Amino acid sequence: MVSFSAVAKRYPGGQEALKDVSFSLEAGELAFLTGRSGAGKSTLLKLIPAIERPSAGSVVVNGQNIASLKRAAIPYLRRNIGLVFQDQKLLYDRSVFDNVMLPLAFSAHAPKEAARRARAALDKVGLLGREKANPIQLSGGEQQRVAIARAVVNRPAILVADEPTANLDAESAVRILEIFVAFNQVGVTVLIASHDRALVERYGKRVLRLEDGRIA
Amino acid sequence: MSAWIRQHWQAVVLGFRKLSVLNALVIGIALSLPAAGYALIDSLRPAGERLALEPRISLFLAPQARRADAEALGTRLRADRRIASVRFVPREEALKEMSEVQGLSEVIGALGRNPLPDAFVVTSKQDIAGELAKLPGVAHVQADAVWARRLAAAASIAQLGVGVLAALLGAALVAVTFNTIRLQILTQRDEIEVSKLLGATDAFIGRPFYYLGLLQGVAGGLLALAIVAGALALLNREVRVLADSYGSNFRFEFLPLSEAALVVLGASVLGWLGAWLSVGRHLRAIEPT
Repeated sequence: MVSFSAVAKRYPGGQEALKDVSFSLEAGELAFLTGRSGAGKSTLLKLIPAIERPSAGSVVVNGQNIASLKRAAIPYLRRNIGLVFQDQKLLYDRSVFDNVMLPLAFSAHAPKEAARRARAALDKVGLLGREKANPIQLSGGEQQRVAIARAVVNRPAILVADEPTANLDAESAVRILEIFVAFNQVGVTVLIASHDRALVERYGKRVLRLEDGRIA
Repeated sequence: MSAWIRQHWQAVVLGFRKLSVLNALVIGIALSLPAAGYALIDSLRPAGERLALEPRISLFLAPQARRADAEALGTRLRADRRIASVRFVPREEALKEMSEVQGLSEVIGALGRNPLPDAFVVTSKQDIAGELAKLPGVAHVQADAVWARRLAAAASIAQLGVGVLAALLGAALVAVTFNTIRLQILTQRDEIEVSKLLGATDAFIGRPFYYLGLLQGVAGGLLALAIVAGALALLNREVRVLADSYGSNFRFEFLPLSEAALVVLGASVLGWLGAWLSVGRHLRAIEPT
């Protein structure tokens, strides 16, 4: 589903975020990506939805090579990848419900079907009762759950989360991870970056450790 | 409803919501200038053409000329084959016509006697004004043809001016739209960035902005027409008084429907163009990092 081979990423200015990264994630697998801040976790995750392109090596996602992907094809790649960010990236000028509806607008679902899907996604993260609220009224953990609902509403095959629990208390963090595990159980491939090794190791899942631009 | 129509309709609604009355007004005022200029020239053209088609020559006799001499001259004019029509305007009739003109009757009354001469008004397609001036008893000749030529020249200069104005303000419309869309894109930066992350195509994100440019052009065009209509209505209230005093029913006419439609169409095309230039330049610059 996701395959990195000999991937390097250098930023303009010479900073080398990734030196030689190789690993692959099978369909339906859940893996954690750990490492200290600045180890290159975010860079690695950004290569999957083609936010960044590799400087060398190949990244293949869902059978598509990111390095050679045409600009116009990127939106269609991203529709099949659910992205969750540390800072949620919610839109605060609209309700929770409309935030979750956003990805459905450009994949052209009929309005009723779209609304049904958005409610189903909110239900899965336990926020069906808060759909009319503005995200700003929600706690950090709840906002992260809205972001997850938005990420999964298009039923993507892959979920990628960059430090989704970094700003949350332990209880909320566990709840978020439980949601990811639940999606994984229904067949979604999940990759979660986290610097919290203690939390990660509780799940007994595969852990990719990124050190100095390499998988250790 | 198909997905395609629904997406476009959503974009129209989004574009419409972002429509600013102030921007439309700026465009409307800018466009009303050439549109009004065009309407004025268009209204004057029939008058000029009539003048050029059937040039009239007025022959004024000496004030002391006797009626018998005038009649002799009339006979001579009527016999001239180059002259299409001859109308005799006796000095009494001229005075009567003049005193019907608002404000002039008092002036004439104050004069005590009729200062006007007898006159002939003849029409001819040929330039015979100089020849007619030499006829016995003719004191002064005034030919419309000269005025027709001057008017035509003035009209073509005015037309050129309106054309230049239209081109300049059309460019201004594109610039105003370009900038409006730029500011809109900047204020929606977060939404655009998130949309791109979630898999929105550039076409989808750009669509409401294209419609905004288009709608802003349409609104500006309609406002321009409303401004022109209002201005002409005001102007015609004064023109009526003046024209009636000349026995004319001249009024400034609103643009013909086809040309009014062209104003709106042109404005919408230019608005779309401004949006297209702006979206192409500014939307690409926003990429999630």
